[in-house]
Amino acid sequence: MKDFVRRLPGSDQALARPSHFMRSICCDGWLLVMLLMVASLGFLTQYSTGGESLYYVKRQASFFGIALVGMLVVANIPLSVLKRYSPVFYIACVIALVLVLLIGVGAKGAQRWLSLGFIRFQPSEFMKLALPILLAYFFSTRTLPPKFQHITFGLILLAIPTALILRQPDLGTSILIATSGLTVIFLAGIGKRYIFGSLALFIAAAWPLWNFVMKDYQKQRVLTLLDPEADRLGAGWNIWQSKTAIGSGGLEGKGWLKGTQSQLDFLPEGHTDFAIAALAEEHGFIGVLVVLFCYLLIIARGVWIAMTAQSSFGRLLAGSIILTFFMYVFVNVGMVSGILPVVGVPLPLISYGGTSLVTLLAGFGLLMSIATQDRGSRKR
Amino acid sequence: MPLPNQDISRFRDHFFEVAIFRGRLLFAFLVVLGLFGVLVARYHGLQVRHHEKYVTIAEANRIHTRPVAPVRGLIVDSQGNILADNKPNFKLSIIPERSKDLAQTFTRISELIHLSEDDINRFNKQLNYKRRPYEAVPLRYNLTEEEIALIAVNEFALNGVKVEADLLRSYPHNALYAHVLGYVGRINTREVAQFSEEEAERYRGTYHIGKIGVEKFYEDELHGQPGFEHVETNVHGRVTRTVERENAQSGQDLVLHLRHDVQRVAERALAGRRGAVVAMDVSNGGVLAMVSTPSFDPNLFVTGISFKDYDALRDDLDLPLYNRSLQAQYPPGSTLKPMLGLAALDSGITTFDKTIRDPGFYKLDNDPRLYRDWKEWGHGHAVDLNQAIRESCDTYFYDMAHNMGVDLMHEAGSRFGLGMRTQLDIVNERAGLWPSRAWKRGARGQVWFPGDNLNMSIGQGAVLTTPLQLAVMTSGLATRGRTLRPKLVKHFGAFNPLADSSLIENSVLDNLSVYLGAESNWDYVYKAMTEVLHHPKGTAYAVGKDMTYLMAGKTGTAQVVGIAQGEKYDSEALRERNRDHALFIGFAPVEAPKIAIAVVLENAEKSSKAALVARTVADHYLGVQTDIQTAALLPASDSRSSSSVSSSTRTVSFTNRNASHFYSHLGSTSQELILH
Repeated sequence: MKDFVRRLPGSDQALARPSHFMRSICCDGWLLVMLLMVASLGFLTQYSTGGESLYYVKRQASFFGIALVGMLVVANIPLSVLKRYSPVFYIACVIALVLVLLIGVGAKGAQRWLSLGFIRFQPSEFMKLALPILLAYFFSTRTLPPKFQHITFGLILLAIPTALILRQPDLGTSILIATSGLTVIFLAGIGKRYIFGSLALFIAAAWPLWNFVMKDYQKQRVLTLLDPEADRLGAGWNIWQSKTAIGSGGLEGKGWLKGTQSQLDFLPEGHTDFAIAALAEEHGFIGVLVVLFCYLLIIARGVWIAMTAQSSFGRLLAGSIILTFFMYVFVNVGMVSGILPVVGVPLPLISYGGTSLVTLLAGFGLLMSIATQDRGSRKR
Repeated sequence: MPLPNQDISRFRDHFFEVAIFRGRLLFAFLVVLGLFGVLVARYHGLQVRHHEKYVTIAEANRIHTRPVAPVRGLIVDSQGNILADNKPNFKLSIIPERSKDLAQTFTRISELIHLSEDDINRFNKQLNYKRRPYEAVPLRYNLTEEEIALIAVNEFALNGVKVEADLLRSYPHNALYAHVLGYVGRINTREVAQFSEEEAERYRGTYHIGKIGVEKFYEDELHGQPGFEHVETNVHGRVTRTVERENAQSGQDLVLHLRHDVQRVAERALAGRRGAVVAMDVSNGGVLAMVSTPSFDPNLFVTGISFKDYDALRDDLDLPLYNRSLQAQYPPGSTLKPMLGLAALDSGITTFDKTIRDPGFYKLDNDPRLYRDWKEWGHGHAVDLNQAIRESCDTYFYDMAHNMGVDLMHEAGSRFGLGMRTQLDIVNERAGLWPSRAWKRGARGQVWFPGDNLNMSIGQGAVLTTPLQLAVMTSGLATRGRTLRPKLVKHFGAFNPLADSSLIENSVLDNLSVYLGAESNWDYVYKAMTEVLHHPKGTAYAVGKDMTYLMAGKTGTAQVVGIAQGEKYDSEALRERNRDHALFIGFAPVEAPKIAIAVVLENAEKSSKAALVARTVADHYLGVQTDIQTAALLPASDSRSSSSVSSSTRTVSFTNRNASHFYSHLGSTSQELILH
């Protein structure tokens, strides 16, 4: 009886749950608290690796503030609006990515930025959101599990940005974008035969990929992963130093501001991509466990949101976002500790960097939107 | 209630869809958990299981053991004047491994401080030498405080650049001691290759090593033992703090027999001429002065001499890099005569009473050649040994040598150290040439001709000596046969005028026996040598006539060989360089010799000029105040030129009480001199 009442149109919120401030601004308290926790661990690390100056901390905190506002703004966009404009958003991003290849700017042999004169931005960052939104929308309007032609179409939608970003070249981002798309297809219920079939195909494709597609420095990274000690002063330097930083931290760490590897600059990129190594050195295995546990809680919350989302769109999008988030964490933590190749993926919330933080929190804004808007009623 | 098609299908599949989605997501979450497990296992492996290994690596990264170079011992003269010092010096060096782009680093540095082309060339030269990894290569020496501040302020932009304070060898008297002390210079590849393991260890952290002279000979004593320090460095090689330090043990100081005042007087007496002066302390063989001119500034070599400077020194016609006192081999000329005369007396070849008639030449049987005396018409009808030494009569010695033969002469000269290295404590010494039958057979493949005896007796022909050898021979004369081994170093350790110098071997020349001639023969030769300076007919009377003490000596001139005729030298310069060398040996005071001196003046022609240099040095050493100016005004004509004997005999006035005493001690022969 009670269940039935809850589902009456227009009366659900009033009856089911008391009016709540967090709900009214479409914010998920759980997520917010844990994001703040992990971010503050990041601030501690940046204070230490930034030479005990507040410079990086202040900048990162400002970015974080802006990103939080952005997150809430995104969280308040009605899901129907998202769905309606997702093709436009996606196409705009694809055009921007094409433009990057034509007139983009960048450094170190990679063109990743688009300059509008007064501001520079990375279209691939927006694509991180545009693709899962579009795919979630696409599959949610089809019967699930998806049919072959739908899967094919989805894969084409996925392949376009992935290929464009790979051309920049930016292996890390293209892997993450492909992941975000593949998770949508996987969660949509793609048949097991497709999964195993594509795995077999991938293995068969690895050889031409290695020989014709991958750049030398990318190959070098893979080779370095296989034997980092072969080239300690060259390509293996980063991994060697970060493993040393992590290993020398021990169980309890050397203490905050006392990490020799990070303080004496042996650890490269200690405040950006290799931040977890600096943290591991100063706070030890225990510190790493705390960080990983926080991430796990965030992921668990995200999974819960996806599980309980009412619409197909919400489920697919939430699932994709949270699994992609995990991918970020896993690739970074794995690469820093030397079990994955170095692909230049920052550690979410802890690595220094503004742009990726904004898109990351925008993703959490989507999660929150699903958590607060896509619940209790099938349709709004 | 018609529903849109879409909603019908969704309605139809809703529970199925949710079930699939939840199954998939749950599966994915399990994978996530599994992968978190992988990460935890990985970090556990690194941080807990292999913790020790990575701690060791991190420490090796951070802590570097670097050697602390010992302070090089000072070199002082026998009165405590510093001849080789260590001066604090700030230098800018670069660790090439830490600098990503050397050219860019140079540009940045040159925007801050002055960098010359030479500095960069020298840096590049040293960069090619074999180095230890992460060893800094010096770029600029002698930074000013302002320059240090500029570098320090911009340090963050200068990877691998560091400013170090260290001590740099400095020679305060510049060119004066260059040939004696030598110099230190950067350790080069060849020297590194020759290091033993122990030496390589000892020279870690040391950039300089003695290259020549005393600096090289006493390298082991001067160098000291390095210490070590453990320092923490960052990835750019910049030291952040010192963890532990063990101090270095400084090298020993060296106290030399040299006397700075004597050295300077000798150098000034040479007055810029090419030549050499060696003065020895007759009591112990200590070298009081050793000058070779022209000279060079050894400080140039310490920081690495530029190609331009080095080429200028190397190509100088006057050969400033050439240590004339040890390496130049001159025909000794007549300076050998007292020694040969003594040998002839001892072996009975000649006697006090023997006289010869000197027509101005000597002729051997079966030899059409005339062996000329330097004096065209000879020295008279009855020339004895005394007169032959005093006036340097060649004919007397031709006759004597003819009777004596090469073997006796060779033996006598060898006793005074001719033809062998004097074993001075400096390397690079030349042995000269003191001919013998065996030598001529070996080197020239010829037998010894009677004419060779005659040439040998007047220090010509094949005979060659270094100025140092002449000084050693003179010390042998001054000590009545105890030919001394010359020594530069008096003792090790801090300067101490009372220090026991017996640690340094103080014997006569190795493998030379003490020469034991009859005392009367010695007295005779002493008298003849004294008359060289103090008898109106003596060849150096112009120098000796106003002396207040007695000096025994012998002049010599040596014909120049070596510069071939017709080379493209300026004819005036060529003529100047073809003039005879002027030589002089002497010791003083005669009654109790204290100093033995040998002088060579290249192309000075007049041996009295060499005698004047020797007198100036002796005057100074014996503390005699002389007006060198008047003595310098030598008669334009050669002092050998005959003067009227009869009128000037009485002008020899001995104001010095010691001198009178000496002459009375000599007995009858001295009376002869005074009553001459």
